[in-house]
Amino acid sequence: MSEPVKKQYDLKRREMPKQPPEVRRYNFSEVALGYTPELAIEEAKRCIQCKKPSCIANCPVEIDIPGFLKKVAEGDFVSGIRVLKDKNCLPAVCGRVCPQEEQCEKTCIFHKKGGQIAIGRIERFLADWEAEQRELEMPQIPPRSGRKVAIVGGGPAGLTVAGDLIKLGHEVTVFEALHKMGGVLVYGIPEFRLPKAIVNREVEYLRTLGVELVTDFVVGKTRTIDSVLEEYDAVFVGSGAGLPWFMEIPGENLNGVYSANEYLTRLNLMKGFLFPKYHTPVKAHRKVAVVGGGNVAMDCARSALRLGAESRIIYRRSREELPARLEEVENAEEEGVIFDFLTLPLRYIGDENGWVKAIECQKMELGEPDASGRRKPIPIVGSEVIYPLDAVVCAIGNSPNPLIGSTTPGLKIGKKGNIEADEKTGATSREKVWAGGDVVTGAATVILAMGAGRSAAKSIHEYLRSLSRIPGNGS
Amino acid sequence: MFRVIASQMIVPNVHLLTLAAPAVAREAKPGQFVILRAEEEGERIPLSLSDWDADGGWITVVFLNIGATTARLASLTAGIDIPTVVGPLGNATEIENYGTVVCVCGCYGIGSIYTIARALKQKGNRIITIMEARSSYLFYWEDRLAAFSDKIIHITRDGTKGHRGHLARLPEIFRGLEEPVDRVLVNGCTFCMKRTADETRPMGIKTMASLNPIMIDGTGMCGVCRVTVGSVTRFACVHGPDFDAHQVDWEELLQRRKTYMPEEVVPLRTSRCEERHFKSQEKSHE
Repeated sequence: MSEPVKKQYDLKRREMPKQPPEVRRYNFSEVALGYTPELAIEEAKRCIQCKKPSCIANCPVEIDIPGFLKKVAEGDFVSGIRVLKDKNCLPAVCGRVCPQEEQCEKTCIFHKKGGQIAIGRIERFLADWEAEQRELEMPQIPPRSGRKVAIVGGGPAGLTVAGDLIKLGHEVTVFEALHKMGGVLVYGIPEFRLPKAIVNREVEYLRTLGVELVTDFVVGKTRTIDSVLEEYDAVFVGSGAGLPWFMEIPGENLNGVYSANEYLTRLNLMKGFLFPKYHTPVKAHRKVAVVGGGNVAMDCARSALRLGAESRIIYRRSREELPARLEEVENAEEEGVIFDFLTLPLRYIGDENGWVKAIECQKMELGEPDASGRRKPIPIVGSEVIYPLDAVVCAIGNSPNPLIGSTTPGLKIGKKGNIEADEKTGATSREKVWAGGDVVTGAATVILAMGAGRSAAKSIHEYLRSLSRIPGNGS
Repeated sequence: MFRVIASQMIVPNVHLLTLAAPAVAREAKPGQFVILRAEEEGERIPLSLSDWDADGGWITVVFLNIGATTARLASLTAGIDIPTVVGPLGNATEIENYGTVVCVCGCYGIGSIYTIARALKQKGNRIITIMEARSSYLFYWEDRLAAFSDKIIHITRDGTKGHRGHLARLPEIFRGLEEPVDRVLVNGCTFCMKRTADETRPMGIKTMASLNPIMIDGTGMCGVCRVTVGSVTRFACVHGPDFDAHQVDWEELLQRRKTYMPEEVVPLRTSRCEERHFKSQEKSHE
């Protein structure tokens, strides 16, 4: 038997089992069920181990993707997770919420033929497999450097910096304003997309590594950056984009109009869907409209559905321009979320008790591309429609929280309220202060925040090492 | 965890909690607030700081036992730990030498205006405190306020102390003062603040109110505390809690505060005896 001249490649992506839509639309359990070991091995075997892999370069944290796929293909999950965790301290999270289709999977050699390796699903499988084994492998931690780093914000950026720096021997404290670590992973992303037990697992891993985790502590209020710097050698600010935007249209302060942050926080962080066992109330609305077309809008619309409401997305452009991940849009469609494209809210109409009872919208058509490269929506005169409803969730975006900027003299703040930081290193205009994630870029993705955290950790480590080399200043 | 140092009902239905919260006590300023959770499953609610001691590491809050969470807070006893006390949040009340300042307070506002009156007095203001309640037995901390007030005036609905009536008596009380009033501060329930604003508006006296909308995070993240002030939407947690009382859309604030009224009473429909019974069972199983 001789090798065929042209090798036949396996281009069939292995599907990941999911809860059927008619079942999952009534529960908050995770939608995707994850690969079985067999499926993970089959899928990983499809990787042809390119000599010059383009997937790694397109990963914000540069995971050795062919490396861990090879181990999985061999059935060696222990080595696989080791390769994965070398670059990514939150694999169970990234395997679930990273936009792989825009990153690693997009540059896969099989992408053109639609057969790109399901890297995210295998990453997720490995992380979950490790957790089930209950034998977390502890990395080698070098002797303590004696340097202390404070991290502001326990979200993806901050947790990445914490993981990287503790592994380099520094002392790390994370200050989180809310009562749980995780930032957007716990208050924003719903249980059905990212179970909170998984976030807790990743956070607990950092705690076992020796990271000090302080909740209920608002840097900028409980203590200023300057005061923190009296005790720490460096500070990383990863306080996220937590200031919600509203449309500034009439009726926005009626009862029943929420920001996406409020709606999701009540459900996810406060577990309002378990009211009254958990004490934070959530209304049982009948008809909910979510304004916006991003992942957050999808999360809100799908949450509303699970709470028993008729749920619709109102978006001013067309399906093509939806900024949400295609996977999430499809999930929402399957579950029965109604999409009103090319529709712009004009005002909210209230009842005699101050509750929203309807939304007036205008239909749009697409014109020439605008600055973002997407076709600009133009109102169609006389196309106003009124939808009756009893709740609106405004999911049109967030800007960085101004708390740190306004209480840290000398910290340069950009026009959009973002902290200005060097793209490569995360260094800010203030000595000893780094920043990264949404507080620098404005609302973006979990993995980009982690990538920024990774770069900042490198730069902070170099700075701390330079301190030790100065005579009389070393430890 | 934050330990309860003292818990007391100071007058019927009004409770005082003293909590060990050294980080908050170190930074606290008059007019700021904290967010608390009474237990792990608890909701987050904002309460104004009524007193604190940076050296002793404690803070005090005064609140009305009116809903599910305040009932839980009221049932706490010394030695119990609660999971969340975060702050100090919001901006401090502006303390300048204005001249003569009238501090109007009622209910839990009597507690929260105390440190404000103290700071204003120390800044050289003349302080006239006007306390309002349904009946004389609902007044507390009169001695504390007296220590920093040049004059204390009482209003009671039933006439058991001071002027009989409601805050509608304010214009006539102001006319009876020997001096002009340069500024009014009001702390209390939304209705008390609205009513004070309505009375001082025609007199043209600058009036500041400490707003108390629903909040979750208290750091500007959720936006549930939005209020309209001078036709602009503001977040009470980060832009306030103090605002010009004559610019606040009080009707909107009153309506927004009623959002969860039906849900608020759900846990109150039981004696909570069972809840505690099952909790202790759960504990014994651990």
